[in-house]
Amino acid sequence: MTEHVRSIALTVNGEDVHETVEARTSLVDFLRDRLGLTGSHVGCEQGVCGACTVRLDGVTVRGCLVLAVQCAGCRVETIEGVSDAGEIADLQEAFVRRNSLQCGFCTPGMLLAVQELLASRQRAGSGAPSREDIRAHLSGNYCRCTGYQAIVDAVEAVARARLTSPLVGRATANGAAARSPSSLVGQGVGAESIGIAP
Amino acid sequence: MKITPDLSSELTALDRPNSYIGRAVPRPNLKRLTHGRAQYVSDVTLPRMAHVAFVRSPYAHARIKSIDAALAQAAPGVIAVVTGADLAKVITPWVGVLTHLKGIKSAPQHAIAVDVARWQGEAVAAVVARTRAEAEDARALVAVEYGELPAVTDPETALDAATPVIHAALGDNLCFERRHTAGDPDGGFAAADEIVEATFRFGRHTGVTNEPRAVVADWNCGDERLTVYQGTQAPHMMQNLFAKHLGLEEHQVRVITKDVGGSFGIKVHTYADEMATAALSKQLCRPVKFVADRSESFVTDIHARDHRVWAKIGVTRDGAIMAWEIDDLTGIGPYSVYPRTSGIEANQVVNLVGGPYICPNYRALARVVFQNKNVMCQYRAVGHPIATHVTESLVELAAARIGMDPLELRRRNLIPDDAYPAQGPSGIKFEQLSHHETLAHLDAMMNYAGLRAEQARLRERGIYRGVGFASFIEVTNPSAAFYGIGGARISAQDGATVRLDATGAVFCHTGVTEQGQGAEAVIAQCVASGFGVPIEHVRVVTGDTDNVPYGGGTWASRAAGIGGEAAWQAGKALRANVLAVAGQVLQAGPASLDIRGGVVVDRADGRERISLDEVARIAYFRPDTLPPGFQAELVATRHYVPKAWPFAFTNGIQASHVEVDIETGRVTLLKHWCVEDCGTVINPQLVEEQIRGGVVQGLGAALFEKCEYDARGQLLNGNMADYLVPLAAEMPDIEVGHVVSPTTDSELGAKGAGEAGTAGATAAVANAVNDALRVLGAREITEVPITPEAVLRAVGSG
Repeated sequence: MTEHVRSIALTVNGEDVHETVEARTSLVDFLRDRLGLTGSHVGCEQGVCGACTVRLDGVTVRGCLVLAVQCAGCRVETIEGVSDAGEIADLQEAFVRRNSLQCGFCTPGMLLAVQELLASRQRAGSGAPSREDIRAHLSGNYCRCTGYQAIVDAVEAVARARLTSPLVGRATANGAAARSPSSLVGQGVGAESIGIAP
Repeated sequence: MKITPDLSSELTALDRPNSYIGRAVPRPNLKRLTHGRAQYVSDVTLPRMAHVAFVRSPYAHARIKSIDAALAQAAPGVIAVVTGADLAKVITPWVGVLTHLKGIKSAPQHAIAVDVARWQGEAVAAVVARTRAEAEDARALVAVEYGELPAVTDPETALDAATPVIHAALGDNLCFERRHTAGDPDGGFAAADEIVEATFRFGRHTGVTNEPRAVVADWNCGDERLTVYQGTQAPHMMQNLFAKHLGLEEHQVRVITKDVGGSFGIKVHTYADEMATAALSKQLCRPVKFVADRSESFVTDIHARDHRVWAKIGVTRDGAIMAWEIDDLTGIGPYSVYPRTSGIEANQVVNLVGGPYICPNYRALARVVFQNKNVMCQYRAVGHPIATHVTESLVELAAARIGMDPLELRRRNLIPDDAYPAQGPSGIKFEQLSHHETLAHLDAMMNYAGLRAEQARLRERGIYRGVGFASFIEVTNPSAAFYGIGGARISAQDGATVRLDATGAVFCHTGVTEQGQGAEAVIAQCVASGFGVPIEHVRVVTGDTDNVPYGGGTWASRAAGIGGEAAWQAGKALRANVLAVAGQVLQAGPASLDIRGGVVVDRADGRERISLDEVARIAYFRPDTLPPGFQAELVATRHYVPKAWPFAFTNGIQASHVEVDIETGRVTLLKHWCVEDCGTVINPQLVEEQIRGGVVQGLGAALFEKCEYDARGQLLNGNMADYLVPLAAEMPDIEVGHVVSPTTDSELGAKGAGEAGTAGATAAVANAVNDALRVLGAREITEVPITPEAVLRAVGSG
């Protein structure tokens, strides 16, 4: 199948990647099987469940519906990179405190979807999303465990906290470069300070 | 709180210094899950690992006339193409029966079908290749010639003489039948003023775990051991089954369960493709990986709940329930699933109908019939959603018939809270339940009177809202009565081993497993409280049959109640051992000491005497300084199994508030409430999230989820676009309340909470929808899921 093989160059979590891939390889399979970035998950392979959500040039995509060859020259960010950059530390801590995940399989995709919602609203200056806004935005991310309420609770709390936290707000509004300044790491607002019941 | 004093202290489990019992401690494993650092089985790769893809029957019932694998064998990357007959030389078939389900029968099931495929999706051949993509490429080249056979797809006619018999050797399509009569049902119905009957239909649905089933099997021919990485709820059960059917000793099999992407009962069964993967590894002497893709999941993960129940209730005009009767017919797959059987669900329906109520007059018939559809077996809240739905719908139908408020009818018939011990109409035993207290709590929490007033106001504006209830009971903490007495090697007991490490931290190895429900946190809480250390100093190890005490795993809401008690007892035992060492060092009586906050203190005044890392240092590195003849023991193991009661029943009540659009048929879930009683609450946050998650699985069943089969046994909606699951936008907020009636069987008093939400949610929604529409004279809806079409038809009939 050599005629279906392509060489691609892209950045993944800020690192340059040069690989040869079959044209049919999906982005999520490429990330998981070739690069060992197993934080992005495969749930349905038809774009419904959202477990494979990653960012492509700053915008969330379904990793199962994008081919790796389509990402040549692009900037891909996965949960591993976004975590290490500290961009969503406040969200992650809120999810832990509120037990907004059980098995955790949906969580990487869920977090990236949430971050997109909060960052876009912050850019637009449209304030914290309502619970209904949050639920609507997350309707492409399937969670079988939680029933969603704990997720909505955590997102709602972080959204409010970010309104009063310009530091985190700037980081997210900038779309978070693949390597955010290390000074941002760990400066997510603690769940206790944003009123999440333990 | 009925907590017995702990051995070396007057303090109870709940008020020991630094007790974590009853606190919402965050789960220790969540940070890595949120950072993309989990390790699910689907993430596991091993050196020399090959991948298997299965050729699956497109027919529900077909003779396999020939399999031509020549082209596939020659395809790039292919290592082997294996048929059922080939693999039968490596792995023996199994039969899913239990001796305590009298008369249950099934046929031998092979890892890969031999001669006949009996459901659409059953594997008929396996292709092993270097990559999954190459295996799938070659799979398309395997030429199978089938001879289609008539498919048995209607439970109602499965036992008719004209219907083909799926397994000729069994004589008919009946898997299991149970009849039960208690009290005087005929007398009860004769004394009733009103008799209400209805036929309830339940959509066959499935678990849709976010991570599909996954297994990596690694037969190492050097040390003659099979290591299986498997997303399972019961590692020791699987160890036994892999050994038994591959001709190995159990000690030659190690099952490792790491992170599991959702289970809900789906991952507690024996799956032919997973057994085949282990057999292929043994045959090929290399690791083999199988991860179901979603389309495979829909036709192979167990289905559940496909029941038709005709049911009847008798009630007096003043609201006394006089008798119950049910006739349950359920169509399973072509095999009873191994080893827990596909008879348990119907058996549970018989056990649970009428369970919350006083009325003892009960007649039940349940029949379980084979079908040429995917197999059915135990899924979260096994049988409870059906029994609760039937019971609670009958109660609300009876209330409507006699013009009584549905909560008032329940108040008059629920077993009084001071009447325990008591039993249900099927003979199930209750230690202590709290139906009336939970009902009163719910009534206040939801402002029932206010909702009724609002309902009346809105009806005048053409807005139809309804309120529905479901009282329920839930089986938790099973003793050996569930499986062990029936001959299945599924452990009822569980154990915990705790070890003080050389710096004063504690390792706990437990037989229960983490499926996301928070077992690791609960075990850590119990150990930390029993031993006396900050919870951050406890590391919990689960899911490795080489390293954890023999145990049952996580199912039937047993991890906290059984595993937690073992961990608590082990923590206390280690405390006694450590205080014995400390007593030698300090020249003090161990009884005068305690461990609090991670240091050894004077029991009387809490004064610090010696740190744990100093005790450990002396015991491990300077034992020469301890008195001759004294041996420090810094490991302790304890086990626990419920003894006084076969099951620790829990109870509760749920309510649903819905709005029904009579123009479109759309049902909007406005709010849901659940007040439950799982005994001592070890971690209130985890209990509440178990309830919420469980409720939402019941809401999916109520409005969305159904595996649609056609008459030829073809699954029509086996993908996530067509099979509807609950998503965030359609789900309501769920308010949870607690009443606490601890079990005295254990010191902690904790019962299970994993299935209560699912047990009652569907019934509450159905009752709410009917409550909304009853004013229109609509026909009662007695089938779930309640689709917009069903609503419109019901309204149109009014």
